[in-house]
Amino acid sequence: METLSRVHANNLVAWAKDKPKAVVLSADLTSSCEADAFRDAYPDRFISMGVAEQNMLSFAAGLAREGFLPLVHTFAVFIYRRAYDQVAMSVAYANLPVKMFGFLPGISTPGGATHQAVEDVALMRTLPNMTVLETGDATEVESVLDVAASVPGPVYVRMLRGELPRLFPASEPLRLDQPRVLSRGRDLTILSSGLCTEEAMKAVALLKTRGVAVEHLHLSTLKPCNHPAILQALAQPKHGVLTLENHLVQGGLGSIAAEKIAEHGLGVKLYRLGLQDTFAHGASRAYLMRKYGLDALALVRAAEGALKTDLNIRAEDLAQVRIEAVSSEAKPEDL
Amino acid sequence: MQTNWTDEVRQASRRVRRRVLEHTLKHNGGYMSQACSSAEILATLYLKVMNLAPVDKPLRPGPFPGVPSRDNRLYATGAEFNGRALPHQDRFFLSPAHYALVLYALLIEAGRMDPSGLDDFNRDGSSVEMIGAEHSPGMEVTAGSLGQCLSQAAGIALARRINGDQGKTWVFMSDGEFQIGQTWEALQAASFHQLDRLAVYVDVNGQQCDGQVAKVMNLEPLHGRLESFGWRVLRVNGHDPEAIAAPAARATDGRPLAVLCDTDPCFGLPLLRHNAPKLHYLRFKTPDERETYRRALEVL
Repeated sequence: METLSRVHANNLVAWAKDKPKAVVLSADLTSSCEADAFRDAYPDRFISMGVAEQNMLSFAAGLAREGFLPLVHTFAVFIYRRAYDQVAMSVAYANLPVKMFGFLPGISTPGGATHQAVEDVALMRTLPNMTVLETGDATEVESVLDVAASVPGPVYVRMLRGELPRLFPASEPLRLDQPRVLSRGRDLTILSSGLCTEEAMKAVALLKTRGVAVEHLHLSTLKPCNHPAILQALAQPKHGVLTLENHLVQGGLGSIAAEKIAEHGLGVKLYRLGLQDTFAHGASRAYLMRKYGLDALALVRAAEGALKTDLNIRAEDLAQVRIEAVSSEAKPEDL
Repeated sequence: MQTNWTDEVRQASRRVRRRVLEHTLKHNGGYMSQACSSAEILATLYLKVMNLAPVDKPLRPGPFPGVPSRDNRLYATGAEFNGRALPHQDRFFLSPAHYALVLYALLIEAGRMDPSGLDDFNRDGSSVEMIGAEHSPGMEVTAGSLGQCLSQAAGIALARRINGDQGKTWVFMSDGEFQIGQTWEALQAASFHQLDRLAVYVDVNGQQCDGQVAKVMNLEPLHGRLESFGWRVLRVNGHDPEAIAAPAARATDGRPLAVLCDTDPCFGLPLLRHNAPKLHYLRFKTPDERETYRRALEVL
């Protein structure tokens, strides 16, 4: 599988070339949010705001009111925790096209609880007018700008940086409210998002070798979340639904599944994997994903529980799984 | 013939206080002291200082248009009362949204709102709300969560500079907002980005919800603090129209402008002093008190 680095940094420069109204606002984390190349390429469209996120969000709203396309770059926690009132009242209330790029989602950073955005989806998803996207690989990081810009209102993006796998072909960009169907099967349904999808793909590959038929959907749009394929996937499994997210199980993907299952009376058992009502701490991503049960092994164990069987899968088996980029099994026009 | 604009401002201010007191009596409560302190500032801005686009005729406020959303195609802000937003023309932003009634009354004096518009004040389903939002007459942003307006106006001022607009961006603020961290973030950003077409008028009435500002959380020396943040600061008597207008006539020196207007929260209605230091919201405690204010209205 291909691995790319500084995907957003390069893509942002190319994307913004013919968009003179696109401006980047940064709160002293310009390189950390891969906006440095934009700053160097278009210094007149780079607006330095200093470590002052509350002002930055309201200021961005002002720019948006005058026809600009503000691309706010900072760590996710500093958008929704530090400046929630400003996001809600200056940006979301007025339905302004401010695009917020929140870096370091969940436990993707060793920065500890202060830097780990673990409840952002819960807060942003409940804000009226807000669209919530989450990138899962290089292809989605490359294509999320188009989707964010196409929405005529505020958009919050859980953004990835640094070294990224290409899980999905470059020819299959992120599309608004279109899940990727990565595997078909009726024993279990797995919904995953963000960087958890790579883990889920490893688990699904092994589950298949044990004869388990899995419907695996990757969701990059968490709001709106109305695609019929999602409901179909929740309705059909014989042994339950599992969700895997880089977030608290409350308020995010697990809650989305729970709401749909309840509202549609699907009566299917739901297993939610993610942070279980806890903050995390500073450590490596692999360590944290293991410790908090967000990795492939945790998903395999949960699948075994749902199936009430031991599939004889060991951690070493998972370490040997190599995954390749996969096309969605459903064509965009089908979805 | 030269009309005496300062007399116009004074008369308009008196009528603004009258209207606010009328509605305070009608609703058995209201933001009275804000009218007392700020009427001359807002009247001077509207009648003398700001270069707002005219309106064809005094406008009648519509019903609450719903909240902004993708599906609300008919949504419009209350900015139309301030005239069309044109590049060469000024824009006005009211930060302390609980001053709404003062602004509505002033819009009537400025010939921008039909006097009947105030019949809808504080009425269910109306846009003429007690604490206005961006659908309310004369308002363009939702500023009721105090401290957010200056940041938004600064963003607008920067956008207008990039667009080459010649018009200025005026913000009215209350002194209590200078206790808010975001205000200082906005002040440093405005001076850092040299937004010299941004100007703030502050009603320094020394009053806030809990009482005297100096006893709740001291702001002084506000002049020096603002200056140290890179603003050009002038401090004036906030009831003297000429003093209020003078700073706006000066040529820019490259810094954003703050005019600190020292005001009396009981100006024009000395009766209010009995309520000191709790002046933020006037609520009549007895029928006698209400009657006293009703008589005061007759002579205001």
